[in-house]
Amino acid sequence: MTDAPDESAEFDRRLAEARQRQGLEKPAAPDPKANPSLLGIGLRVGVEMAAAMVVGAFLGYWLDRVLHTKPFLLIVFLLLGGAAGVRNVWRVVGPKRPGRGMDGA
Amino acid sequence: MATTIDVMGQFRLATALGPVGASVNFTNSNLTMVVVCVLILALLHLGMAPRAVVPGRLQAAAEMLYGFVHRMCIDQIGEEGKAFFPFIFTLFSFILFGNLFGLIPYQFTITSHLAITGALALFVVGLATVVGLRIHGMHFFSYFLPKGLPIVLAPLIVVVEVISYLSRPVSLSFRLFANMMAGHVVFEVFASFMVVMAASLGIVGYVMAVAPFALDVAMTGFELLVAALQAYVFAVLACMYLHDAVHLH
Repeated sequence: MTDAPDESAEFDRRLAEARQRQGLEKPAAPDPKANPSLLGIGLRVGVEMAAAMVVGAFLGYWLDRVLHTKPFLLIVFLLLGGAAGVRNVWRVVGPKRPGRGMDGA
Repeated sequence: MATTIDVMGQFRLATALGPVGASVNFTNSNLTMVVVCVLILALLHLGMAPRAVVPGRLQAAAEMLYGFVHRMCIDQIGEEGKAFFPFIFTLFSFILFGNLFGLIPYQFTITSHLAITGALALFVVGLATVVGLRIHGMHFFSYFLPKGLPIVLAPLIVVVEVISYLSRPVSLSFRLFANMMAGHVVFEVFASFMVVMAASLGIVGYVMAVAPFALDVAMTGFELLVAALQAYVFAVLACMYLHDAVHLH
């Protein structure tokens, strides 16, 4: 048996082929980050959006109290919070890291 | 028999360990945290004690937990992620065990308190900020100024980015807290339906009470998923924040 390694590689290939045919092979280990479950996304997106708006509103309220500009900064920062929320959501569902498209606006 | 529905009672804090605990305000939450930590240490210590080549059940569980978090760190943060592995491992196992321990009937759920999840989230985001400042110095603040941004828009976008950054601990803590609390409230609501039905409808009530009981059983399975998923989500997001701190963009 001089070509033993060769033969075993050949066997591995045929085995993989056969398993593929029978649907035994899972289609290449799914990357949890590249392909997160819909449940995961759903759970994330809502909270991200709400959290940014809460932070925006809180910041506006606090600045209003400090600068005595009630209620203008609250309104402005509530809108900015909404924008930050969209930014957060875009981070979750937008293009993935490698091509982290900041210009994708 | 009074059968008021008190779904929030399960989250109430009380001092534990009798008068000794009462004198130092050692609550049932603290006690549960200690128990959870002991359970984690016991799993790792007892699991790894045999050091078998072919692992037994306990050793396999310990090794899988270790390997899972280790891979997550390297996948999410990159090679530098190894430095944060002990932290992420502690965080993940604490939350996972805390979530799962709370599913045992009559046990307190530590992660159903915003104070706990908030402290964890603040620590994560604080650590990420310190790491970012440590590695990049003042350059870290360029994180709030995306590349290729028209200078006219800068004041607006910087504020948006800062709010987005500040919202991280809020979303991180609220997600875990809300998920755990909501699940346990639903448990209790169905459970109290059982009591109310049995108390008010006699023998018919006992038969009808089977329905909410079945729902609670089904909910237990779902809550097991939520417990594991939320611990995973928390750890993954902690990794992503650390990634951002290490790599900036």
